[in-house]
Amino acid sequence: MDLVAKNLSYKPTDQYHLNDVSFNFKNGNLYTILGRTLSGKTTLLKTIAGLLTPDSGEIDFDGKDFLKTPVWERNVAMVYQQFINYPHLNVFENVAFPLKQRKMETNVINEKVTDALKSVGLSGYENRKIQELSGGQQQRVSLARSLVKNAKILLLDEPLVNLDYKLREQLREEFKNLFSKGLSDETILIYSTTDPRETMELNGEVIVLDEGKVLQVGPAKEIFENPNSLKVAEISNDPPMNIIDAEILESEVSFEGISISAPKHFNNINNKSFKIGLRSSDIILNEKGYEFEVELAEISGSETLLHLKKGNTKLIMSIEEVMNFKIHDKVKINFKIEKAYAFNSNGDLASSPFRSKNG
Amino acid sequence: MNKLYIFLKYFFIVFWTIFVVAPFLWALTTSFKDFQSVNAGVTYIPWVDFEPNLEGWKVLIKSPAKGGVDIVEPYFNSLFVTCTASLISIILGTLSAYALSRYTFKAGFVKNNDITFFFISQRIMPPIVLSIPFFLFLSSIDLLDSLSGLIVVYIVLLMPIAVWIMVDFFNKVPKEIDETALIDGCNPYQAFLKVVLPNSIPGLIVAGMFCIIFGWIDFFFAFILTFTEVQLLPVKIVALNSSVTPWWSLSASALVSVAPLIIVAFIVERYLSKGNLSGAIK
Repeated sequence: MDLVAKNLSYKPTDQYHLNDVSFNFKNGNLYTILGRTLSGKTTLLKTIAGLLTPDSGEIDFDGKDFLKTPVWERNVAMVYQQFINYPHLNVFENVAFPLKQRKMETNVINEKVTDALKSVGLSGYENRKIQELSGGQQQRVSLARSLVKNAKILLLDEPLVNLDYKLREQLREEFKNLFSKGLSDETILIYSTTDPRETMELNGEVIVLDEGKVLQVGPAKEIFENPNSLKVAEISNDPPMNIIDAEILESEVSFEGISISAPKHFNNINNKSFKIGLRSSDIILNEKGYEFEVELAEISGSETLLHLKKGNTKLIMSIEEVMNFKIHDKVKINFKIEKAYAFNSNGDLASSPFRSKNG
Repeated sequence: MNKLYIFLKYFFIVFWTIFVVAPFLWALTTSFKDFQSVNAGVTYIPWVDFEPNLEGWKVLIKSPAKGGVDIVEPYFNSLFVTCTASLISIILGTLSAYALSRYTFKAGFVKNNDITFFFISQRIMPPIVLSIPFFLFLSSIDLLDSLSGLIVVYIVLLMPIAVWIMVDFFNKVPKEIDETALIDGCNPYQAFLKVVLPNSIPGLIVAGMFCIIFGWIDFFFAFILTFTEVQLLPVKIVALNSSVTPWWSLSASALVSVAPLIIVAFIVERYLSKGNLSGAIK
């Protein structure tokens, strides 16, 4: 019961929405599609659902040619980033809709709908109109509607993106619970998001998508620890990873007149100009460090993000507390260089702190 | 300030109400007058200003043989033609509008917007330009002076209105709703009937109302395309006018002819005030 896609391409305009995408999704697993906006995530999900037909390629599910199966016979479920429900039906009727469509018996429908509403925490809301619900509740209704079907493939297209911060946290927590216990082994769950943090929390198999192309596939931890290219490093970190043009020469990393002794895992690379990747959290304030100028300081939640500049080098660092800085303040910082990545001029990973060999 | 505001508000409401209601009141009183009362100046109050009588109304249902004009048959003709043409226009118009809103058509340089414009452009031409082609067309299929001929012509006139309103309405219904219906196991026809259509009722009502109004008030084509066999109400009312203008029966027939529109307006207003006309889909 695997969902296998081969060389999917879709190019409605002069830009690829999907560019030679292949994957092999196995039963009972969670797959996260990580990519920036317009990277082709929705296109990919719609292609799997059958709402779009790719220009070329194959999709095979359970030995069936999926591209020849119309949407309504595919047994998939989908939750959109906009809260899509049937406005003319109440909550109960909304969730019951796919079951009625399958002509199930009334008491079976009642039972299943009640269960589904309970699992998303909407018991007692059966007779409400959709318009009377908050955004988070509306999204729960569409989630319940997709759960109730017991679909073999469950597609979630950035389901949390249109919710406010608190609801997002709460619903994300509930999603994790639901995914860990609520789904049968026969479901393939595909979750698309732009948020690296969400990806790490869901901890599934990650597909990194950019401009319709698959950049890297692997477990969330692997993507985080060993991004195989600059692009993946940018997409899978928020704030994006700092990229510094540097030279690595005789166990010295130098840029902007700063020289730091190179970490061990840089031993195998030498005599070349590289791009150094450093996470914003791996830059620290240090009295003995190097002087940078503050370009912008933003406080987000309990974190302070500092945009720093020295010469042509711009960096973002995050501090785990709320601190006040003024623009043009001078700060002294140091680098946790042992956590640095090195990418060669093509943008491929040359060295990672988690793996000392190439690739 | 506040008092001034309230005063102005009620002043304008009363002013506007008089402006709207007065002609009806005038027609109503006139319809109960006779020749002398009409010529005796501006009077409004029955029994005090003038002696009311029902002659003006009786003429409308008397057969011509007895000196009446008998608008009963034209009245039902008008109702039948307007309702049938509106219904067919709404059905055809809704289907075309849905197709235009959801699917992409391309025939050479002709695309969706051009097709929509083609529908609307049918209403750009002055009716007089259309009258000769319509006349020749109906005579060639032998439908001149018949109800079905009028229905055919009215569909041509009303369907563009339905398409125009419904295309706009369907464009506001998120495409994802159709897609969700497909994912939930509906084929495209079921998705349209079970999900899109129930969410488009406000649009259907507005389109229907416009079709009924435009169909009901048409005089021109009813006049050109019918002679003796079939007559519609507007034509018949105009025919009332003879050497002595019978203001009383003209007023009575005018009231009778606006009655259906007032009823339609009341029903729609109910619907409007329930807040169902907008905001069904956000």
